[in-house]
Amino acid sequence: MINQLLASRRSLFLGLVLLTFTVTSCLGLAKGSEPNVTLIGSGATFPAPLYQRWFSEYNKQKPAIQVAYQAVGSGAGIEQFTQGTVDFGASDVAMKDDEIKKVKQGVVLLPMTAGTIVIGYNVPDQKTGLKLSRKALGDIFLGKLQKWNDPAIAKVNPDAKLPDLPIIVVHRSEGSGTTAVFTKLLSKISPEWKEKVGDGKAVDWPTGVGGRGNEGVAALVQQIAGAIGYIEYGYAKPTKIPVANLENKSGQYVEPNTESALKALATAKLPDNLRVFITDPEGEGVYPLVTYTWIMAQKQYEDKVKAKTLKEVMTWSLTEGQKLSEEMGYVPLPQQTVEKVKAALAKIQA
Amino acid sequence: MTSIAPTQNSDQSAAQGMDRSFARPQTLMDLVWTGIAFTLLGIALLPLLLVLGYVIFKGIGRFNLDLFTQQIPAALQPGGGVGSAIAGTLLTVAIATLISVPLSILAAVYLSEFSSKNIADWIRFATNALSGVPSIIVGIFAYGMFVVTIGKFSALAGGVALAILMLPLIVRSTDEALQLVPQDVRWASAVVGASQFQTVLQVILPAALPTILTGITLAIARAAGETAPLIFTTLFSQFWPRGLFEPIPTLAVLIYNFATVPFQNQQEIAWAASLLLVLLVLLSSLFARWITRKSFYSQSQ
Amino acid sequence: MTAATSNADIQPRSSTDKLLDQSFSRLTLVCAFSVAAVLVWIAIVVGIQALPAMQKFGLGFLTGTKWNSAKETFGALPMIYGTLVSSLIALLLAVPTGLASAIVLSENFLPRSIRTTLVFLIELLAAIPSIIYGFWGIFVVIPFLKGIGTWLHQYLGWLPLFSTPPIGPGMLPAGVVLSIMILPILTVLSRDALASLPSDLRSGAYSVGSTRWQTIFKILIPAAFSGIVSGIMLSLGRALGETMAVTLVIGNSNDLNFSLLAPANTISSLVVSQFSEATGLQKSSLMYAALVLFAITLIVNIWALIIVRKVKQ
Repeated sequence: MINQLLASRRSLFLGLVLLTFTVTSCLGLAKGSEPNVTLIGSGATFPAPLYQRWFSEYNKQKPAIQVAYQAVGSGAGIEQFTQGTVDFGASDVAMKDDEIKKVKQGVVLLPMTAGTIVIGYNVPDQKTGLKLSRKALGDIFLGKLQKWNDPAIAKVNPDAKLPDLPIIVVHRSEGSGTTAVFTKLLSKISPEWKEKVGDGKAVDWPTGVGGRGNEGVAALVQQIAGAIGYIEYGYAKPTKIPVANLENKSGQYVEPNTESALKALATAKLPDNLRVFITDPEGEGVYPLVTYTWIMAQKQYEDKVKAKTLKEVMTWSLTEGQKLSEEMGYVPLPQQTVEKVKAALAKIQA
Repeated sequence: MTSIAPTQNSDQSAAQGMDRSFARPQTLMDLVWTGIAFTLLGIALLPLLLVLGYVIFKGIGRFNLDLFTQQIPAALQPGGGVGSAIAGTLLTVAIATLISVPLSILAAVYLSEFSSKNIADWIRFATNALSGVPSIIVGIFAYGMFVVTIGKFSALAGGVALAILMLPLIVRSTDEALQLVPQDVRWASAVVGASQFQTVLQVILPAALPTILTGITLAIARAAGETAPLIFTTLFSQFWPRGLFEPIPTLAVLIYNFATVPFQNQQEIAWAASLLLVLLVLLSSLFARWITRKSFYSQSQ
Repeated sequence: MTAATSNADIQPRSSTDKLLDQSFSRLTLVCAFSVAAVLVWIAIVVGIQALPAMQKFGLGFLTGTKWNSAKETFGALPMIYGTLVSSLIALLLAVPTGLASAIVLSENFLPRSIRTTLVFLIELLAAIPSIIYGFWGIFVVIPFLKGIGTWLHQYLGWLPLFSTPPIGPGMLPAGVVLSIMILPILTVLSRDALASLPSDLRSGAYSVGSTRWQTIFKILIPAAFSGIVSGIMLSLGRALGETMAVTLVIGNSNDLNFSLLAPANTISSLVVSQFSEATGLQKSSLMYAALVLFAITLIVNIWALIIVRKVKQ
């Protein structure tokens, strides 16, 4: 009777079994002399293009090693890393002490790259390089400055023919390290912002539309006429979104590029715990919106192979990987910084 | 209603062949209403054309062999394809099917063969209510139950989430199919001495099979297109799936991720993936229809 | 009816057979109850996680207008409003269109073969994954509605409904995309309701001289009313719970705004945006909002099911 039972069900399940078989056999495809290792990371969208490029290049060199990085936002990255559902996290805002305490295996913070946050805009006939004063920047995001041809903007840009177009602010809809860095600057330059809104990974924006990830903000800025938003440069560069020259603390209008970013990085010394915020730096040719971005790894990993692989991948990224930074719109780490990070990397144990 | 329209033979369907050549005000109003109705029907069909047309237009450019064999590209990487996402979708849907099909069919067997009317009513009610639960809620439920407890994002958790979505659909269609099998068949089976077990498995289920398969096919098509549950369970990856306990890429999540990026290459890939999903859905709908034609016992139109 | 079998062929059932039967029926019972239990399980899990927020905010959660994770105050009114209004817009657009299509496809305005094909085409609309509607919505619906929205704002801007200029994503595009998504369910269910009416109704009406549309309006629709209403309720349930299509076109703004042209947010869109990063009170508040959504969709769906039950009896 059992045979009859099997026979009658065969046609029903045969297709499914075949399908699963085919798919599971694909799973065995990536086999080499090395054992397969998979590392999973999630976090900030800010460095995501660079990280994914790194891990893809590394995978080309060593096919057995797959490092999957999913950009979900700094907030979600910290949370998933704390919960242990991913092997490493990433954030543009280094974890605070009370956040670190929640991770029982301990946390090692590794600044992997630095980047500039640019203010992208979409104003018809306006090229890149529009000057925005500190006050104008604050007022735009507060919702007080509402038109592109407002004198506050027109004064500083005498040659630009600014249209009578409403300004549409684009911000992030989820918890973002990029937001945290940007709002820190806004709090510094605008007391009103500090009082009304404050800084953080997610804030109560006075005005505007929300986009998901840096990519969402970039896409919305491209789509909405009159839009202005804060984006990591790696997203603005390939899409050629016009970016503003911001006024720094010294009163200069600076264009975002590797040079002005490196100058900003140089103003802040990286302490031993590798946490530093470069908020509103001062100096000649310094671009005011620059930040490191961190990968958070556990101090202790249960799996020896994972720990070893993680260290290898990160070492590669700190050395070979940095060669890709500039073309992708990020700032390559200065050599002293690389040494410091390598020292921190050594603290990871299995 | 003062008009006296000529009546037709009663054995013909009454609405056929009605003489509408009378130029009465009522008949003119009728024409107006018919015009409005047809216009609205046209408007109803328009989005279908627009969506399908747009997806084909944007997606066909990248529809080549690379699409099926290459890995997902990172930002600013050229080329690439959605091969790994196709594998991921197949894997999660296969897991979901393996979980939901036996469970649903056995549940439906209980409903039509073994249960009392009262209990059956309540269970049917609950099943129908389950089909109305928003997929986002199934997603956060699956996250709490199957990701946090296991400790990582996995294809398995994704499969379970999709299975929850498929359950009510398969239960409902199997239940209806089994109810359509006439009682005589069951009695005849009992008369020759078959046990209930044998009757169900060897007589009733095979008879209802085409409709059951239709239900399964439609449920699979739905599961393949779901995004929200997968975001919280399978996360995403660029690489080919290597096991059940890892995050994997899927077509739906790929489209979600790439829909809002400003990178040309990834957007093109997302459109090609959309075209692929739409074709998948189209083919399974056609397949489901084709199977139902072979039913022994079906509802008359 | 003496069979040609001898008594020896008819044997009492063996104990193995009986055991198999019993365990089989037990197994099916377990499966059936499990399926029903999933619904309860989901409600419990979401409910438990929502408790801290429920205790802190109580019913004020439903009227609070600020969603601020930094200050830890959460009020879901803008999102509840967004969920209800976007679904309402969807219904306003889909009901006339769907009902008209259902009428054309159930009465014989067209030959049967064309009708079957058209019904199939409309069912296809239902099968398209929602993420594709969202994706398409960004590139087709939003630009299309921007033009209409600009016109509405220009000439009817004194109405609170159109008081802000359209910028792209917003409540209106979300409502339109939702209406396209619920159209097939509504059409098919209404069509089924109309098609299953006995033909005597029609022949009776025509025999006393009604025109086709008089029959439709005065006899058929009232007779099929329950079926049509249940179709409307089921599609409303679908619209309320829809996530992916909405989150891509609604603008993700947590501010309450009466203008349909302004960006907004729905509960499902809020949850999908913030869930991954939420901890503590924020997570609990998201679960509370999800519970509210669950309750709303459950009520709507159960109402629809009750109506269907009444029709069948």
